[in-house]
Amino acid sequence: MTGTLVNKKIKKASRHTNQNEGLIFEKSSPGKRAFELPPLDVPSTDPAKALGANFRSEGIEGFPEVSEIEVLRHFTRLSTWNYAIDLGMYPLGSCTMKYNPRVNEFVARLDGIATEHPLQPQQLSQGCLKILRLLEQCLLEITGMDTITLQPAAGAQGELTGLLLIRAYLEKQGNARKKVLIPDSAHGTNPATAVIAGYQVENIKSESHGQIDVEKLRELVTEDVAALMITNPSTLGIFEERIPEIADILHAKGALLYMDGANMNALAGVTRPGDLGVDVMHLNLHKTFSTPHGGGGPGAGPVAMKKILEPFRPVPILVEREGGRLALESVRPYSIGKVKAFSGNFGVLVRALAYILAYGPGIRQATEDAVLNANYIRKHLEGVYDLPYSLPSMHEVVFSDAIQKKNGVNTMDIAKRLIDYGFHPYTTAFPLIVAGALMIEPTESESKEECDLFIDAMRSIAEEAAATPEIVKTAPHTTRVRRLDEVGAARNPILRWDPSRPEKTPAQKKHDVAEAKHREATPVTPTA
Amino acid sequence: MRYLPKSPTEREEMLGAIGAESIDELFSSIPERFRLREALKLPGPFSEAEVIQYFKERATENSFGYTSFLGAGVYNHLRSVVTDAIIQRGEFLTSYTPYQAEISQGTLQAIFEFQTLMCQLTGQQVANASMWDGSTATTEAVLMAERVTGRTRVLVARSLHPEYRDVLKTYAKNSGLQVEEIPYAADGTLDEKSLQSAIRDDVAAVVVQSPNFFGAIEPVAALADLVHISGALLVVSITEGVSLGLVKPPAEADIVAMEGQSFGLAPSYGGPFVGVLASRDKFVRQMPGRLAGQTIDTEGRRGFVLTLATREQHIRREKATSNICTNQALCALAATVHLTLLGKEGLREMAQQNLSKAQFALAELTKIPGVKRKFAAPFFNEFTVELPRSARIVNGELLREKIVGPLPLGPSYPELTKNALVCVTETTTRADIERLASAVRHALEQPVQ
Amino acid sequence: MAYPAKYRYTKQHEWVDVNGDVATIGITDYAQHELGDVVFAELPKVGTKVEAGKSFGTVESVKAVSEIYAPVSGEVTEVNSELQNTPEKINSDPHGSAWLIKVRLANPAEVKGLMDAAAYEAFIAEADKSKEASA
Repeated sequence: MTGTLVNKKIKKASRHTNQNEGLIFEKSSPGKRAFELPPLDVPSTDPAKALGANFRSEGIEGFPEVSEIEVLRHFTRLSTWNYAIDLGMYPLGSCTMKYNPRVNEFVARLDGIATEHPLQPQQLSQGCLKILRLLEQCLLEITGMDTITLQPAAGAQGELTGLLLIRAYLEKQGNARKKVLIPDSAHGTNPATAVIAGYQVENIKSESHGQIDVEKLRELVTEDVAALMITNPSTLGIFEERIPEIADILHAKGALLYMDGANMNALAGVTRPGDLGVDVMHLNLHKTFSTPHGGGGPGAGPVAMKKILEPFRPVPILVEREGGRLALESVRPYSIGKVKAFSGNFGVLVRALAYILAYGPGIRQATEDAVLNANYIRKHLEGVYDLPYSLPSMHEVVFSDAIQKKNGVNTMDIAKRLIDYGFHPYTTAFPLIVAGALMIEPTESESKEECDLFIDAMRSIAEEAAATPEIVKTAPHTTRVRRLDEVGAARNPILRWDPSRPEKTPAQKKHDVAEAKHREATPVTPTA
Repeated sequence: MRYLPKSPTEREEMLGAIGAESIDELFSSIPERFRLREALKLPGPFSEAEVIQYFKERATENSFGYTSFLGAGVYNHLRSVVTDAIIQRGEFLTSYTPYQAEISQGTLQAIFEFQTLMCQLTGQQVANASMWDGSTATTEAVLMAERVTGRTRVLVARSLHPEYRDVLKTYAKNSGLQVEEIPYAADGTLDEKSLQSAIRDDVAAVVVQSPNFFGAIEPVAALADLVHISGALLVVSITEGVSLGLVKPPAEADIVAMEGQSFGLAPSYGGPFVGVLASRDKFVRQMPGRLAGQTIDTEGRRGFVLTLATREQHIRREKATSNICTNQALCALAATVHLTLLGKEGLREMAQQNLSKAQFALAELTKIPGVKRKFAAPFFNEFTVELPRSARIVNGELLREKIVGPLPLGPSYPELTKNALVCVTETTTRADIERLASAVRHALEQPVQ
Repeated sequence: MAYPAKYRYTKQHEWVDVNGDVATIGITDYAQHELGDVVFAELPKVGTKVEAGKSFGTVESVKAVSEIYAPVSGEVTEVNSELQNTPEKINSDPHGSAWLIKVRLANPAEVKGLMDAAAYEAFIAEADKSKEASA
């Protein structure tokens, strides 16, 4: 693959010497320490006496023993193997990988913010409660809803909370109903959540433009249906124009409209789900509201709702008492209960509030730039990649690999080749209704320059797919590791370091044999 | 706006390239009547200094200047600054879930190390990449036991953290689980007689916490024997992970659900924390959450990938083992760094300090006339004292001395209004403890109001 | 790969080989090809009752899970335990050593409703054509 390394089309990334690093357990040696405690200022207790048979006399077997510099180097080296927003664009559809402002990290760590215990007296927590209160008010203003809970730890938990609210409301009316309608374009958490909430899932096929089939919906909504879970804009990045009609159809039969707020980055400051007829929705603070993904979490999934659902909110509820004093109350007869211990992912909530305060009423500009970027990219890739749904895109656009498939190149291959160009892949193979999907969401955090680099990369890969498809099909070529054996990983799972395990797995042994044979057959001729 | 990398000229150029007259055109798919004409009424915009100012002001309105003896699921422990130096690196902080393994090896190897550490700590064979917290991990453990056994009855110790029991109830209501509580015995541990009479072959799981909410360490091995006879699974929940530095791990449990906040995470008014779910190899396909596995690449190099993904929502959808998508990755990384810094000896020494200081605190408090040790079972860094009067009232007095006293148990256990849960860690000084004892003594000397 | 003439086939791509009142069941070569590299098969225990047309287990690749539907009704008498350690057999020998379960037939007449090898081959040829058309 000599062509790839000097490929002038790859402008964003170059190769560089990158440090290797083994597992921390492999560097461990008895007697090494990375941390010391201040001396004990009370008499030392004999643990065998105090704990009796509960005493762990043998210590923690295999636990690392390394020095401070080794720990720091270990994790620093590991970090250099990752891509990150701080390095460049993540065009991941529906993930909203935007800039994570550093002031958010700073304020979350302040003494008096990071140090507070959730069970301390409420009169000593007024600062924390004011933060929660202001965030609630801001999110209600943004969503156009009546009331909110900040408890859920993530979007999926927000979805569950939303469905439990719906169930409690309907139960109080006399019938919790049996089914939840979910579009076939929905994120996997939607059906998974519906089942946990005790509902049967009924899939509703999208119509030819990828939107909710309103006529089909009319047929399907009966008094057995508790709710429809809609994502708006849809997972295709297209606004569901008929959402008010959809809300009416549901409401006429006593059902409710749940909105998955994952795509709120297309709406904040421009329109409000509450105005569109949505009854209850969740937000992903780690998407629209800039809290960092951190390799997979933590996030937060607040749930905003209309007042009909207010009595059922999870406890504790934030209330204002006389004199402006804030309090958390847990006695609510109709509440669905607690969804998580304590008061939600407070540190994440702090970061989201810091983000909102930085923008203020100007938050609309972020939304406009997000939609501008997505449409700019769409314009320059239309014709180069197949566009299965031609309705206007909002903050994300979905292409397919139909054109490239003719040469045997699929969306996964293109995504892997994009890595060689210095980008993280877009979302592959989702939504399910588009075969070979390429789902692209740049967010407002990308400059015109970064968008242009992305466009150039995608155009170049399309050319490669046509002329030299092998380069694309065997990508990536420039990463620390090449494509990894996921099949082997699933057939023989190795999920922890275990010194007693044989040195090499069957797959590794097979590889060694093949490699030895190859070396024998192709001796290296020394260059002069 | 400083987070937006566009100049007005660039916006014009891009609109021109798209062929749109104005940005409003790009929103034309939203019906006119729903497009906001005015800006939202939000505070701001704030400069960086104003953002900081806002939160600094809030920080002064909390518990600054008070000494706390609270534990009950959230613990004050020493944290090295090295942990933050690492998790604040952009490559960790701002990276995505490691679905694209070739450019996420840092995250994936760290998860693999986390999974390993959790197994080593808990004595289990496999651990996942984290759950949201101890309360949801405990709930997921119960749901997992339901899947494994096919049964729906769950016996839960009353000495399991009250908030954890509440969360379990919320989830149980909708999954057809019947949850029954088993009382505690006089020594503070699970009442084995009650367990024996309640347990039958229709029980999916028995859930205990150890050390439990009262601080008492449960006899896990003996309980496991009892539980296994009926074919049920033993779920052990742990809220104070530092205990594992000195306390035998619950290796006989079938599933361990632990809160990892004690491993390098600030109390942060209740979150974000990190849930740990660990179990036997044979149950791995019923485990919720992500798993990082070791493998090789096309050139034989060791690498790591997310694996067994068919359990998860993005593939299995309505048949998934859980709906969890986002977990607590950065918190798990912080725990991994923290535990690596502490190491074998550091964790043991930290535990030793906790144990010793708690014993000292117990001795000092029980010197006070009328103050008794409530439960005889061994404890780690939390224990329950009985006072001659309401614990809440005593705490009111302690607040005057800028002490946040031990948690009164009355609100969660109406029969224990005179009892309080004392928590002492390595961050509690001898002087603090002596000051607490003196303040309690003084409070009890006041006439009853 | 050839489709054994002795077997009968379903529209969900299972095959069944009847010998007396015992039916051996597996998935077809077409199915394993669609699935990709098989990593795991979840099969019922001996003694389980299966019902024609209803799912009795799953076969997994890295990125997908496929339900397996019973071609006939009956009680499971044997489960292929080798697949636990070598699920890849489903890819290499789907019609032979990678049989999934054996079932004692509850209603032998059900077999008559299934396709023979020729009908099945025609069925999958049609399926392939319509896939190409929509691509």
